[in-house]
Amino acid sequence: MAEKLLEIKNLTTSFRIKDDYYAAVDNLSLTVNKNEVLAIVGESGCGKSALAFSIMGLHTRAKIDGDILYKDKNIAKMSPAEINKVRGKDLGMIFQDPLTSLNPLMEIGDQIGETLILHNKNLSKNKIREKVLDLLNKVGIPRPEYVINQFPHELSGGMRQRVVIAMAIANEPELLIADEPTTALDVTIQSQILELINKLKNEMNSGIILITHDLGVVAEMADRVAVMYAGQIVELADVKTLFENPLHPYTRSLLNSVPNANEEQDKLHVIQGIVPSLQNLPREGCRFSARIPWVDETAHEAHPELKEVTPGHLVRCTCYKHFSFPDDSKEEQHVLS
Amino acid sequence: MWKFSVRRTLIMIPQLILLSIIIFVLAQLMPGDALSGQIGPDVDPARLDEIREEMGWNDPWYEQYGRWVGGVVKGDFGDSFRFKMPVSELIGQRIMNTVWLSIVTLILTYLIAIPLGIVSGRYNDTWKDQLVTGYTYVGFATPLFIFALVMLWLFGFKLGWFPTSGSVTPGLVSGTFEHFMSKVYHLILPAFSMALITTYSTIQYLRNEIVDTKQKDFIITARAKGASEKRVYNRHILRNSLLPIAAFFGYEITGLIGGSIFIENIFGFPGMGQLLVESITLRDYSVLTATTLLFGVASIVGALISDIILSIVDPRIRIK
Amino acid sequence: MSYLEVKDLKIHFPIKGGLFSRTVGHIKAVDGVSFSLDKGKTYGLVGESGSGKTTTGRSIIGLNNITSGQVLFDGVDITNIKRAKSDVRKDIQMIFQDPYSSLNPKKRVIDIVSEPLRNFENLTRKEERKRVQELMELVGLSPESILKYPHEFSGGQRQRIGIARAIALKPKLIIADEPVSALDVSVQAQVLNFMKDIQKELDLTYLFISHDLGVIKHMCDQIGIMYKGRYVEEGTADDIFFNPQHIYTKRLVAAIPDIDPNKREEKRKFREEVKAEYEKSYNDYFDEEGLAYKLQPVSDTHLVALPEKG
Repeated sequence: MAEKLLEIKNLTTSFRIKDDYYAAVDNLSLTVNKNEVLAIVGESGCGKSALAFSIMGLHTRAKIDGDILYKDKNIAKMSPAEINKVRGKDLGMIFQDPLTSLNPLMEIGDQIGETLILHNKNLSKNKIREKVLDLLNKVGIPRPEYVINQFPHELSGGMRQRVVIAMAIANEPELLIADEPTTALDVTIQSQILELINKLKNEMNSGIILITHDLGVVAEMADRVAVMYAGQIVELADVKTLFENPLHPYTRSLLNSVPNANEEQDKLHVIQGIVPSLQNLPREGCRFSARIPWVDETAHEAHPELKEVTPGHLVRCTCYKHFSFPDDSKEEQHVLS
Repeated sequence: MWKFSVRRTLIMIPQLILLSIIIFVLAQLMPGDALSGQIGPDVDPARLDEIREEMGWNDPWYEQYGRWVGGVVKGDFGDSFRFKMPVSELIGQRIMNTVWLSIVTLILTYLIAIPLGIVSGRYNDTWKDQLVTGYTYVGFATPLFIFALVMLWLFGFKLGWFPTSGSVTPGLVSGTFEHFMSKVYHLILPAFSMALITTYSTIQYLRNEIVDTKQKDFIITARAKGASEKRVYNRHILRNSLLPIAAFFGYEITGLIGGSIFIENIFGFPGMGQLLVESITLRDYSVLTATTLLFGVASIVGALISDIILSIVDPRIRIK
Repeated sequence: MSYLEVKDLKIHFPIKGGLFSRTVGHIKAVDGVSFSLDKGKTYGLVGESGSGKTTTGRSIIGLNNITSGQVLFDGVDITNIKRAKSDVRKDIQMIFQDPYSSLNPKKRVIDIVSEPLRNFENLTRKEERKRVQELMELVGLSPESILKYPHEFSGGQRQRIGIARAIALKPKLIIADEPVSALDVSVQAQVLNFMKDIQKELDLTYLFISHDLGVIKHMCDQIGIMYKGRYVEEGTADDIFFNPQHIYTKRLVAAIPDIDPNKREEKRKFREEVKAEYEKSYNDYFDEEGLAYKLQPVSDTHLVALPEKG
C-alpha cells in the first residue's frame, strides 16, 4: 500500500467576478503518494494551475474551501506565517516559464540561496555557497562556480529551467509540484529536464504532481493520471490503464486530437466548442455534455460523481458507456484511421 | 560598461555643437538688439549703427558664431552689455545658488516621492492609493507658477515664516554658520514649492513600477520559496522597482531647469533662471546665449547620467 | 520543376561592437540553406530555437534581408521580394505563431482580414465586405462576426482569423511559422485539420515551420532539419522518422515523448544509447566549429550532412 503524502478533500477554489464567486476547482478530492508522479492533464482553463496554486497557497484573491492535508497539517487552513514555513521546504514548485519566474536583477546564486536561508536560519554564508554549488551540480549545470554569479538572461532556456528546479529542490521537499515544466522548452531539452526530474524523484523519494497538457509527457513520466475538465476530475487511473483503456469521452477526445508520431492519421479529432470560461461553466449535470451533443441526454447522470469502475480506475458520469466518436463510431479511431 | 559610457559621452559632442548653433541662431533671430531699447530723441541713430559695426553685429552669423565659440571653449562668454562685466563672472555669482536650489529640491522630491510611491504601489486600488494618486493629479494639473505664487503669498507674506526674496540675508559674512543657515532658510520655501509639484511624475513612475513588478512571475516564485510578504516586498518588488527610479535621476535634472526658471523669478532668487529671463527682456545676448547653453548642457548631461546609472544598475545592460 | 526553390541561402546579421559600433563579426543565422518544394505539398522546416528556421521563412517574404543566395518562386527570381511585382507578393502569405499578438487588438476583424485586400486590390466597400464574409465562412467563423474585435474570439478562432487574412488574396504559397505552438491540443487539431482542408480546396503549398515533430510528421510530405543555420538532414517523413541518418536527427527523434506508457523503459534505454552515440561520434558529424557538413544524398529523397567522402 502506497504511503499517503498529500490528501485533498473537497477542495473548492473560487474567484470573485463582479459580485459572485465562481469555482475554478470544484469540490475536488485527490491523494498524492510518496515516490509517485501524479499527472494532471487538461486543456488550459480546466483548473489545473488553480489547483496547484491552491496547494501551494499562492492564490491571493481566491476563496478556498475544503481541506488540503499534508502530514497532520491542513494547508488550506494555515495562516500566512505557517504556510511560509511549509512552502519551499516541504512543498517545492517548478514553474512553466523559466525566464519570467526568475528575478532578472538577482544573481543565480542569491536566488537559489534565498530558499536555503528562508528555512535554515543558522547557515553561514560559506555553507550556503557550498550548498548552492552542490545544487547546481545536482541539476547538471556545468561550471557552477561561474554560473553562481550570473544573471538569468545570461543562461539558455534549458539552463534556466535547471536553476528553477534547483530552487525548488533546495530543501529536498517531499512534494514537488511541476506546472508545465517543459512547455517552453525544445524537445531535446524537454527530455533532459524530464529525466532530471525523474532522477531527483528517485533520490529524494518525493511525490510529484506533474501538470501538463502534453500527453506524451504524461505517458513518459506519470504513475497515475488525473484528467481534469471544468474544475473537476473526470477520470483517474494509473497511466497504463488510462492510455490503454480510456473511458471518459473527454479523455478519449484528448487522446484522439494529438498527432501521433508513430501512426498515420489523416484527420485529427476535434473537440467541438471551446472550454467554457469560468463564468459560463455548466454547474449541473455532466459538464462535458455540451461538447458531445450527439450523445443522447439520457446517457448523462443528473449528478455525476467520480465512481470506481475497476480498482484504481475512477470515471465521472455514465455517459462513457454510450459514447462513440461521431464520424465512424469506431472505437479504435485514435489508433487507426 | 566603461566602453558604453565612453561611447555615450562621445555621442554628446555632436549634440553639444548642434545645441550651440541652434541657441546662437535663435538669439540672432530675436527682433531688436541691446541698443534698440536706447533709441531716443537724444541718440543719434548713426552713432548706434557705428557701435553695431564696431561690435561686429553686422557680420554674417557664422562669423559671429565662430568668434563666440572660440571664446566659449576658453571659458570666455564675452561681456554682458548691460551689467558691464564678463558673463562668466556674472554666471559665477549665480550658478551656485541654482545648484543648491536644485539639490535641495531633488532631495525633497525623493523624500516625498519614495514613501508615497511605495504606499500607492503596494496598496494599489485602496483608499491610500487613491489619496496619493489624487495628489499626483493635483500636482499634474496645477501650474507651477501659480502654486509658487500661492506658497509665497501664504508662507512668505501672510504668515511671514519665510523670506520673500533673495538667497541670503544681506550683511552676513560668507563662511560663517549664520551665513549658511540663512542660505538654507532662503532655500526652503522655493525648493518645497517646486518639489511638491514636480514630484508627481516620480511618484507615478514608482507606483507603476511597483504595480508592474508585483504581477511578475518571479514574485510568485519568491512566495513559493516561503518568503514572507515583507521579504517579498523588500527583496524583490522594491529593489526591482527602485532601480529604474535611480536611472530616472538624470532626467529629473532636465525637469528642474524648467522649474527653476519660474521659481527663481517668483521668489526673487538670484540664480540662473532669473538671469535667463532678465537677459531675454534686456536683449543681453552674451548672457542669454551663455545661460541657455549651460541649461542645455545640463539637460544633455542629465540624460547621460541616466543612461550611465541604468547601465550600472541593470545587469541586462551592464553585461554588454 | 519545383515550385519554390531556395538556393544556398545565407542570412548574416552583423554584430556591432567596439567604441564606434563597427561591425566586428556576423551571426550566421542561416548559412547556406538549399531546398525546394513542389506545388500542393507541405514542406516541414524543423529545428530548435535559434536554428534559423524562422529566419529562413521570414526571409522568403522579405521580413529578413537576404545576405546571399537565391529564391525562385514558380521560376521567377524573388530574392529581392520587396522589389518584385505585386502579384508575386500576393501569391506568398504568412501565418504567424501567436494568435494573441499577431492581430491588432484595436482593429475589427473586417479591417484585419481586408488589410491585404486594400493593399493589393481596389474593391468597393461593399465588395470588400462580401469578400471578408466569404473568407470568414471559409475558415469556419460566422460571417456576422466581422465587426467583432480579436479579444472576443478564442485562441483557435483567432488563428483562423490569421489564416483568413493570409488566404484573402488567394495565395499559392503559405509560410506557416509555428501556427499551432501557442494552442491547446484540441484547438491545435482544429487548426491543423482546417489547414489540410483548405490546402486541398485552394491547391495551396505550405512551408510549415515548427519545433513540434509530432505536428510536422502529421502535416508534412518532406522535412528539412536545421541546426545552427545549416541543414543536417532532409528527406520524406519516413526517411526522417524511421531512418534518420544524422546523429542530430536521431537524437531529436529519440527525444519525442512516446504516447505509449508501456514503451517507457525501452525508450529510456534507446535515448541513452543515442546520447552515448551522439557524444562518441560528435566529431564525425560536425566540423571544428560544431557546424554541419554539406548534404550528401543517401537515397533519391534522403540527404544527410556528412563529411566529404574519405
